[in-house]
Amino acid sequence: MMTQAPVSGPHAHGAISLRRTMLLVMLALLPATLFGVYIYGWPALNLLVVTIASCLIVEAACLSIAGKPVGIYLMDGSAILTGWLLAMTLPPWAPWWIGVVGAVIAIGLGKQVFGGIGQNLFNPAMVARVALLIAFPLEMTTFVAPKPLFTDSAPDFMQGLAITFGHGLQVDAVSSATTLGYVKTELGRNTPLDAALAQVFDFFNGFSGFMAGSLGETSAVLVLLGGLFLLYRRIISWHIPVAMIGSIMLLAGLFHTLSPEHYAGPLMHLLSGATLLGAFFIATDLVTSPVTARGQIVFGAGCGILVYIIRTWANYPEGVAFAVMLMNALTPLIDHYVRPRVYGRDRRGQPLVYETAAKDQVAKEPISGQRATEASK
Amino acid sequence: MKLFRIKGGVHPDGNKGRTAHAAIEDLPLPALLHIPLQQHIGSPAAPVVRRGDQVLKGQLLAHSQGMISAPVHAPTSGRIVGVGNYPAHHPSGLSVHTITLQPDGADNWGEGEPPRTDPFTLAPEEIATRVAAAGIVGMGGATFPSAVKLNLRTRYSLDTLVINGAECEPYLTCDDRLMREQGVAVIDGIRIMAYALGVGRIVIGIENNKPEAQAAMRAAAKEFPEIEVAGLPARYPMGSEKHLVQTLTGVETPARGLTADIGVVVHNVATAYAVHDALRYGRPLLSRVVTVSGGAVRLPKNLRVLIGTPVEDLISYCGGLSESPARLISGGPMMGQPLPGTRVPVIKGSNGVLALTEREAANEESMPCIRCASCVKACPCGLVPLEMANYIRSGDLEGAVGYGLMDCISCGSCAFVCPSNIRLVQFFNYAKGELTARQRAEHQQNETRRLAEARTIRLERQEQAKREAMARRKKAQAEAKKAKEQAEKARDAAQQSVRTGS
Repeated sequence: MMTQAPVSGPHAHGAISLRRTMLLVMLALLPATLFGVYIYGWPALNLLVVTIASCLIVEAACLSIAGKPVGIYLMDGSAILTGWLLAMTLPPWAPWWIGVVGAVIAIGLGKQVFGGIGQNLFNPAMVARVALLIAFPLEMTTFVAPKPLFTDSAPDFMQGLAITFGHGLQVDAVSSATTLGYVKTELGRNTPLDAALAQVFDFFNGFSGFMAGSLGETSAVLVLLGGLFLLYRRIISWHIPVAMIGSIMLLAGLFHTLSPEHYAGPLMHLLSGATLLGAFFIATDLVTSPVTARGQIVFGAGCGILVYIIRTWANYPEGVAFAVMLMNALTPLIDHYVRPRVYGRDRRGQPLVYETAAKDQVAKEPISGQRATEASK
Repeated sequence: MKLFRIKGGVHPDGNKGRTAHAAIEDLPLPALLHIPLQQHIGSPAAPVVRRGDQVLKGQLLAHSQGMISAPVHAPTSGRIVGVGNYPAHHPSGLSVHTITLQPDGADNWGEGEPPRTDPFTLAPEEIATRVAAAGIVGMGGATFPSAVKLNLRTRYSLDTLVINGAECEPYLTCDDRLMREQGVAVIDGIRIMAYALGVGRIVIGIENNKPEAQAAMRAAAKEFPEIEVAGLPARYPMGSEKHLVQTLTGVETPARGLTADIGVVVHNVATAYAVHDALRYGRPLLSRVVTVSGGAVRLPKNLRVLIGTPVEDLISYCGGLSESPARLISGGPMMGQPLPGTRVPVIKGSNGVLALTEREAANEESMPCIRCASCVKACPCGLVPLEMANYIRSGDLEGAVGYGLMDCISCGSCAFVCPSNIRLVQFFNYAKGELTARQRAEHQQNETRRLAEARTIRLERQEQAKREAMARRKKAQAEAKKAKEQAEKARDAAQQSVRTGS
């Protein structure tokens, strides 16, 4: 006679794990990341490595302080992913300490303080990005024009180390504005929009990503590719990206039609800044977004509307990080009010009622205690 | 035919290939049969035999008690060697009332086989009565007495009989083989049940991973235009009664209700076969088909097994175990229950015995929830399993009920897809059990309070009655005294007058 602890079913499990989920997201990020490293050169790679390594170290330190098994949790891949996503949103030639401070904020304040993986209210990478942007506005808004690896204009390996770990770059020499930043500045000077846009925005560059911007955000096509891969592997569902992109495009289209001189068109909003990275990789963060399909649509639409409002009427040229964090704060509320309809019940939770129910309600009583729920498999 | 979509569901590996090709074999007579008196939902059966009795095959061993119950019969001829307790076919391994029978090897029905009848000449009530007398229960695993469901026409207006041949649990192939090998008998049983229910429409739902069974049933049902065979998409939990009915009819069964509320009764294919046997040949339910499978079983098979046969006999007939199994399961891997050991007997609801290896059981450590919502997408009942588990973890069972805990069918789809391997069903089953226990305790408390109050009132009333009686007696005594005094006075007066008068 063998004994075993009576465990309930299922006694089988799908080929799914936390680590696999994280690995697939990283795989989806890879094309846009490689492209970012290619066009911005060695400093971008240095920053990426520094940010991810710092995240791992901070995670390990926090786990050991909390008395949790460091090995198992470090291997789940979530810290690497947070660091990776954070680096994607940083200016590629930012100094090393931006990555380190970002990691401390993301992992320490954004995640572990709340209780570690799955417990954080806000997207850790966005917490770090917003904190860095407010604390270090100069470093966080100094972007460079593309200088592809192995071309004459690109810094070599040693120069790359100097840019990341040395005295930083000669700002005036290389800095270049992002599309959103330039448009914001020029509109502030009452330059007509089309004149301003003609200077910086080119559809092909926006699509391919060959322009100034954050490390991994610029290439619309590669970010989109990664996003579609995540959809295909069912790591994310379509609700958040579609609702977010849709609401941005809708608002942009509406205002652009009303006043083309003052409001940029939907295409520019779609292809510049962190719209696509935000819609597919940041707003869809599993931990901090709602769990129901309808809740995700509300969440995505809220993100999109806030992004458009911040870009258009607020002080910052880009608003994805703020928008996502504001909606993160609403996620518990959305999850509380937006729930799926329970089988056999209406939306208010009452059992469904049909006209031709029982022959005689009274005669039903004897059996109601013993429900014939034959769930025969 | 047009099918309707259901929410959620998962696609576990079928693992049916190991036994789908294996024809049903009869398991040889075991040395001892342990026949529990409760193999069904409802009241246990009451024994009518005693130790030492000689019984014939098919003889009644224990009769049903109450509205919802089922009798048990001797699966073969032999001697009763015990009426006592024996470990149950249940994860607890607790002992239950069991009759132990030692087969004599003759497998003797007594005075020949029972007489044959034509069920279609009987009254519908008579069919339900005979199904009840044959001890037939839902053989898909739920073991609800079938006759009760055949009598639903008196309370509900029914139009459709749905036959559950989905067999959506991985590994199990017993219904598949039964449909392939006994198609004509199964169809006959189905028609008898439809006649008893008085319904004109019959739909047999079979998942598309069983094309041979579909073909066999179509062939057997060719002459009967009222029977339709529907190919269902292979998706777990297609065999859940309410989801099966929704797939076939598009109508959802109301919460806390029965499919009969929407005019549909569901029976399993193995139940149909048992009804055929009982109504055509007068044979009670004595055996069933069991799939013996899993990575740790040397020669997986489908076996026809007498009720009461120890599980260890099935396993040793299948070549024994090649390794110590990580889990020994009764039923399928999704909703099956772990067995406490191999000594326990096969019962009417046992459709499978699985010995799963460590790799198959996927027994990994649980990690924290990352709110990935896989469970929300997988839930066929529209629940939010992760929130329910959170409430239960923090001890707020009522909170979990608010999220629909009582509408959970424990199908395990959520836990199957959880990337963090959280044992969600364990949480839900714990909470359901705890709530039932609390309800029972509360009921008991209320009953105690009610009885105590009744007693106080009764005692008071007795006191009162006593006091009143005392008062009455006193009053009567006082009156008697007064009357006596008056009488004496009158007598004195009379004597006085007599004296003065004289």
